[in-house]
Amino acid sequence: MENLIGLLVAAPLLGAAVLLCGGKRLDRAGHWLGTALAAASFVIGVVLFADMLGRDGEERALHSHVFSWIPVEGFQADVAFQLDQLSMTFVLLISGVGTLIHLYSVGYMEHDARRRRFFGYLNLFLAAMLLLVLADNYLLLYAGWEGVGLASYLLIGFWQHKPSAATAAKKAFIVNRVGDMGLSIAIMLMFTTFGTFAFEPVLAGAGETSEGMLTAIGLMLLLAACGKSAQVPLQSWLGDAMEGPTPVSALIHAATMVTAGVYLITRSGAVFNGAPDAQLVVTIVGAVTLIFGAIVGCAKDDIKKALAGSTMSQIGYMVLAAGLGPIGYVFAIMHLVTHGFFKAGLFLGAGSVMHGMNDEVDMRKYGGLRKYMPVTFVTFGLGYLAIIGFPGLSGFWSKDKIIEAAFAKGGTEGWILGGVALLGAAITAYYMTRVMLMTFFGEPRWKRDASGAVAGASPQRPDVEPVAENAADADTAHPATGAAAEPHPHESPKSMTIPMIVLAFGSVFAGGLFSLNSSFVHWLEPVTGHDHGHSPLSAAAVTSATVVVLLTGVALAWAQYGRRPVPVLAPRGSLLTRAARRDLLQDDFNHVALVKPGEYLTRGLVYVDAKAVDGAVNGTAAAFGGLSGRMRKVQNGFVRSYAVSMFGGTAVLIAATLLMRAV
Amino acid sequence: MSGLSLTHTLAQQAYSTSTGEAVQFWILGSVAVIGALCTILMRRAVHSALCLAGTMIILAVFYLANGAYFLGVVQIVVYTGAIMMLFLFVVMLVGVTAADSLKETLKGQRWLAALCGLGFGVLLIAGIGNASLSTFTGLGEANAGGNVEGLAGLIFTKYVFAFEITGALLITAAVGAMVLTHRERTERMPSQREQAEARVRSGKQLPPLPAPGVYARHNAVDIPGLLPDGTPSELTVNKTLRARGQIRDVSGEALADLAALEQRAEERLERDQDTEDRAAHDRDTEEAAK
Amino acid sequence: MSPVNYLYLASLLFTIGAAGVLIRRNSIVVFMCVELMLNACNLAFVAFSRMHGNLDGQIMAFFTMVVAAAEVVVGLAIIVMLFRSRHSASVDDASLMKL
Repeated sequence: MENLIGLLVAAPLLGAAVLLCGGKRLDRAGHWLGTALAAASFVIGVVLFADMLGRDGEERALHSHVFSWIPVEGFQADVAFQLDQLSMTFVLLISGVGTLIHLYSVGYMEHDARRRRFFGYLNLFLAAMLLLVLADNYLLLYAGWEGVGLASYLLIGFWQHKPSAATAAKKAFIVNRVGDMGLSIAIMLMFTTFGTFAFEPVLAGAGETSEGMLTAIGLMLLLAACGKSAQVPLQSWLGDAMEGPTPVSALIHAATMVTAGVYLITRSGAVFNGAPDAQLVVTIVGAVTLIFGAIVGCAKDDIKKALAGSTMSQIGYMVLAAGLGPIGYVFAIMHLVTHGFFKAGLFLGAGSVMHGMNDEVDMRKYGGLRKYMPVTFVTFGLGYLAIIGFPGLSGFWSKDKIIEAAFAKGGTEGWILGGVALLGAAITAYYMTRVMLMTFFGEPRWKRDASGAVAGASPQRPDVEPVAENAADADTAHPATGAAAEPHPHESPKSMTIPMIVLAFGSVFAGGLFSLNSSFVHWLEPVTGHDHGHSPLSAAAVTSATVVVLLTGVALAWAQYGRRPVPVLAPRGSLLTRAARRDLLQDDFNHVALVKPGEYLTRGLVYVDAKAVDGAVNGTAAAFGGLSGRMRKVQNGFVRSYAVSMFGGTAVLIAATLLMRAV
Repeated sequence: MSGLSLTHTLAQQAYSTSTGEAVQFWILGSVAVIGALCTILMRRAVHSALCLAGTMIILAVFYLANGAYFLGVVQIVVYTGAIMMLFLFVVMLVGVTAADSLKETLKGQRWLAALCGLGFGVLLIAGIGNASLSTFTGLGEANAGGNVEGLAGLIFTKYVFAFEITGALLITAAVGAMVLTHRERTERMPSQREQAEARVRSGKQLPPLPAPGVYARHNAVDIPGLLPDGTPSELTVNKTLRARGQIRDVSGEALADLAALEQRAEERLERDQDTEDRAAHDRDTEEAAK
Repeated sequence: MSPVNYLYLASLLFTIGAAGVLIRRNSIVVFMCVELMLNACNLAFVAFSRMHGNLDGQIMAFFTMVVAAAEVVVGLAIIVMLFRSRHSASVDDASLMKL
């Protein structure tokens, strides 16, 4: 059984290699090969899962040593895998949702000339992510971590002919590099502290290490997690990453990439348990991101960007839970899995809507689509109910637990964190309802009247201005406005709807299944540990509070977008709205805080280089040049001049000899 | 007493030379210096060579006076006889009548040369005067067995290796001179037909070059022939003479001669006229007198 | 008269020869001046030989002559070559190293 673990990674890796190196011969069948290999990985995962269920809780972890990677005295790096319950959860999520997204992409990318390459990248993404969660040491994890960064770069910039996509890919890569630096520093600190970076000795030795060192390692790990999981302050790449094809967004947001940070924190739980300060920072980061993402999600008119804000917010929940320690690890992972289902479903639904609407992404130009896309409407609707935490659906079970755990943290912190989580739940309900209403209900705002103007467009008013988002999405947000053709909304092909249906099932039932007899808690407890904490509120009280805020959010959204027609042009909005449309000024902040000082530094360095360094070098050269120019006049090429100097030299020698004798 | 006088004589001998040698030195030394100066100041290379030869002969005399009999003879035979003749050969080859300009072309060269030469000479003479050379032994003892035998004894014993190496040097020099002046033929010599074809193709003058001296006053090889308009054509003169610049232009001479002839003729005619006039006058007066 | 006078004469001739080398442009004359310098040296050697009472100085002069003969052969060959290729015997014309 251990030998199968390597195959989990090898199958998609093989697919990536074959598809990327295979050339045009594979253009016709390559996408099915990629999908088959992703499915193979999933099947192997299921086999291993069945095998794992056959054993007792403490003996479920499998280890597989593949080969010695860097065998140096005092530095032993192995390619070795560890498959325990936590890894198993991720393997099933990644390969399962990944396979569904592959299947969806078969339909979605049907007309793209570079489809084979796209599937190669998808396989590479899966392979890197599986390597990340299966590694049994931090160095191999780092390799997978970088692989994920690379694959995300390739996929976000897949439509590289669009400058905005290329820029977004670079942005994601560079922001991720900041986090990667944190991970590499953390690994170095681990090596100096423990002499190794394998999980077991590091996590076992964490108890006997000073709190200061653990805090340092924990903060560096948090930095890494912030980069990959798009947490404040490294969140800025996530919104722009929507430039990639929609399946990529689904993959990044649901199954891979953003979950890596949560995995890292949960996996390093022992380190964080010994460093309460680091844990506190983790919870703060999670809470801030939770609200940040939710606010951004409320303001965006681009359906994918609204969902991206929602992802940020949901990952914030997970990080918040992971920061709570043993109380929250299990629920963080549980929310991660359920979120994987419903967020993948939502993204695939958004892709399906765009597919039917000539790649229009502006929700203000949707409306009333439920009649035209029934399957998409139902699956998207189930995903929506799940994410807002409608009682009984997946999101309810996991989010409710997290809010409960936040209160169970105890003390003032517990109250604050619980309050923030509840507020987040309310905002989530608000903005998801907004998305739902703007897309599937109300008047169709995409129909054109005889004059060619969009129906329902408000007459020009002085207080109305076009959506002032950043320049990157200005040219992509309205690709269809220039085209006179009216969109003809239609349901997507089977290869796209089937994955959405499967994911909808997951969105509905996964949470309940996990909560039945606390099965998920028992499943993960041997790895992460679990602690119930002391909640100042009863579970029933928290649940009822959650439901109340949820209904409030929905009602507010209904009042704003359900009862009144939605203007096609976005109103100017309040200061907060306008800021949120600009992603709460994250790019402006980065520009002022990082780019500008960097530019000034560079300018200064260039100035110093040009004036001081070049000046010294060129000045020396010029001095020697001038000196040579004068000295070369001595070399006039006439033998007789040289003879004079020889003769004069001889005279000087004689004079010197005589002088020496005289002295 | 006699011993004392002998030592005195020996000491005298050691410090000075005979009066005859002194006279010879001062006279011939002056001539040698004048010859050397002429060597560097004469404008024609052949004159320089002759002056140098004279200086060398005087030096040969000085060698003899200094007891170096063998060297004195060698100096005359080898230097003035062989080496200077070689120089003269080359001078003839390059052009015996070509006179050099003594105008200096390099800026400051002459001043620097004068300064360096003066400084060098002064320092050298000062050095010699400063050295303690008051005594000298004389070669009476060394030349006792004959100068040539003495030299031979040294050359073939003490200096035998240097002597052998000198022989190798001479052979190398001879071969080197041959290599330098020899031109290697690296390709097949063109046949007469090929030469003719190449000549026609290059558009050069096909018939033989015109002979020197045509229409000129005389047909010596250095006199260029005259073109119909009376200007001299350098083509008619040998290339070597052209390179040396030894072309005598006599084109003006014919006109000058003609002019002189006309003038002379005129003068004579005038004189005849005068005499005729006078005679006529006389006749008139005679008739009038009658 | 002291034989030292021969040395003064030799240095005078040497200096004249050197000056000739420096101021004359005709390579043949320059070469003659070099010969003059060599002869001046020979005179000094012979005078030294007499002053020290042994024949080593004359041997030196003898070798100088032989070497001078070799030098003249090669030097004149070079001059002939130069004249052949450049149609000039001036040392200033051979200033290929000039800028």
